[in-house]
Amino acid sequence: MKVKTSITAGFFVIGLLVSGLALADRTLLNVSYDPTRELYQDFNKAFTTYWKDKTGETVTVQQSHGGAGKQARAVIDGLDADVLTLAITYDIDKIADKAKLLPKDWQSRLPNNSIPYTSTIVFLVRKDNPKGIKDWDDLVKEGVSVITPNPKTSGGARYNYLAAWAFAEKKYGGKDAAKEFIKKLYKNVPVLDSGARGATTTFLQRGIGDVLLAWENEAFLAIKELGEGQVEIIAPPSSILAETPVAVVDTVVNKHGTKDLAEAYLNYLYTPVGQKLAAKHYYRPSEPKYADAADLARFPKLELFTIKDKFGSWDAVQKEHFDDNGVFDQIYVP
Amino acid sequence: MTTMTNTQPISAPTLRHVLHDPVWVKWLLTAIAVGFIILFLCLPLAIVIFEACAKGWDAYWAALSQPDAQAALRLTLLTALATVPLNTVFGLCAAWAITRFEFPGKSLLTTLIDLPFSVSPVISGLIFVLMFGAQGWFGAWLSAHDIKIIFAVPGIMLATLFITFPFVARELIPLMQEMGSEEEEAALSLGASGWQTFIQITLPNIKWALLYGVLLCNARAMGEFGAVSVVSGHIRGLTNTLPLHVEVSYNEYDFVGAFASASILAGLAIVTLILKSVLEWKQGKH
Repeated sequence: MKVKTSITAGFFVIGLLVSGLALADRTLLNVSYDPTRELYQDFNKAFTTYWKDKTGETVTVQQSHGGAGKQARAVIDGLDADVLTLAITYDIDKIADKAKLLPKDWQSRLPNNSIPYTSTIVFLVRKDNPKGIKDWDDLVKEGVSVITPNPKTSGGARYNYLAAWAFAEKKYGGKDAAKEFIKKLYKNVPVLDSGARGATTTFLQRGIGDVLLAWENEAFLAIKELGEGQVEIIAPPSSILAETPVAVVDTVVNKHGTKDLAEAYLNYLYTPVGQKLAAKHYYRPSEPKYADAADLARFPKLELFTIKDKFGSWDAVQKEHFDDNGVFDQIYVP
Repeated sequence: MTTMTNTQPISAPTLRHVLHDPVWVKWLLTAIAVGFIILFLCLPLAIVIFEACAKGWDAYWAALSQPDAQAALRLTLLTALATVPLNTVFGLCAAWAITRFEFPGKSLLTTLIDLPFSVSPVISGLIFVLMFGAQGWFGAWLSAHDIKIIFAVPGIMLATLFITFPFVARELIPLMQEMGSEEEEAALSLGASGWQTFIQITLPNIKWALLYGVLLCNARAMGEFGAVSVVSGHIRGLTNTLPLHVEVSYNEYDFVGAFASASILAGLAIVTLILKSVLEWKQGKH
């Protein structure tokens, strides 16, 4: 009898806890990469208020963050993302390709090739820049310790690598020279973290390295959160334009009945509110006219080139550089 | 007899000299042990508590009452509540089968019980992704029937169940082997039913070891990171357990939040340690 009562009580408690987790209203799951946490915290608040005012419906937006490659893998393995806000178009292509959750022409469905905001790669150095780092070729100098994450798992790290490669190919002429340059650069990397946020904490919290190759937004945020007066941003004369795409996942939204909501959510990124928030969180808005002038003034002026300009396509880049036995595997010796 | 009397007795100081290490060895070893404990156990624990309270009590409580922290705590408790009773029953069954019956493949079963201990937790998590993930063996069937396991609460529970499986069985098997089955056989031959024998004879004999196993099982269920991280999907407020919430908060520069959640886990560890000592003492008495 006693046993029975306690079993019933146990199930009752479990039931209570489960019902606490269940949500009656519609929810969206936004699967994103590492440094967008703060942006979407703000944006989700703005969107849910907007949606409530417009339709009267209360919605919840859930967030999942991690290294871009890892997140794409999780979606392929069944993480039910209604919308993707990732770092690299290639990762969404892979989801379209391998899991067939959205059509291959997903990029044509939203304005500006489904890229509501962009970013770039800059240098974060110690106070007063003691190693005098100004441009990409300063990174391969002897005695300079460079922090960058693993390009196999991190989207930001792939941009870091490609920006350096494009610089070297132009300056020293040809692929062989670029390969030699990249090899020298990675000799100066003491530790490869798996994601951009991990690399930032290595640089700031653990104090390792002379320079961090970072997302522009991540560098600004890091200074704001931790390093006021301890570190400074150095913008190289030229860098890569990081086109960070967004997409609705058709199969998932059809199953959840959230298609209208998911589309409205991503479209809201392109509105004045969304663009202003992007700029506030140090992303370069695709429509700068909507952003605050003061926010825009913070971005350093530099010459930006795209993956398409320099490398053709992400597919080609991935095959040549980051797949098994690609250039990165050939040059990186831990 | 004669040889005994002929043997020169060892003088007292020599005996002491042979049996005891020099004083400096004793002090050195003690100092190393104590230093090690301070450096690797007390200091990190102190840092957790110090960092958690770095911005005062208000910030500490605010961090713990965030909806995401609360959800993480709830999920952790729910997971423990679901997995510990199941593993208690499984552990009892396994221990019973191994110590009371003879059957082919018994030694294989004994080895398999330890499998979760010898497999890296990340691999344990990946096993479930490969089985229940969208590209996995049962993926198509599960999604056709709209059943979510991976990147949802059931996946977290399965991974925890797998990881914490050995604790109860491993505590019980040696004890039940040592006890033998004479008392139970006597009860049965005197007309007790199987259930009566279990409740009145077996359970009182193994209760302290059982509780000890349950305690360790619970501690691991609440603290597991690796396997749960793989199957979680890291959805805020939904599939983050407390250990995952610590990582999330740390990565978001919310150090008070991270260490406040960590202090809950540390508190749990201390409670576990105290209960463990009590149980060991009780077990020793019986």
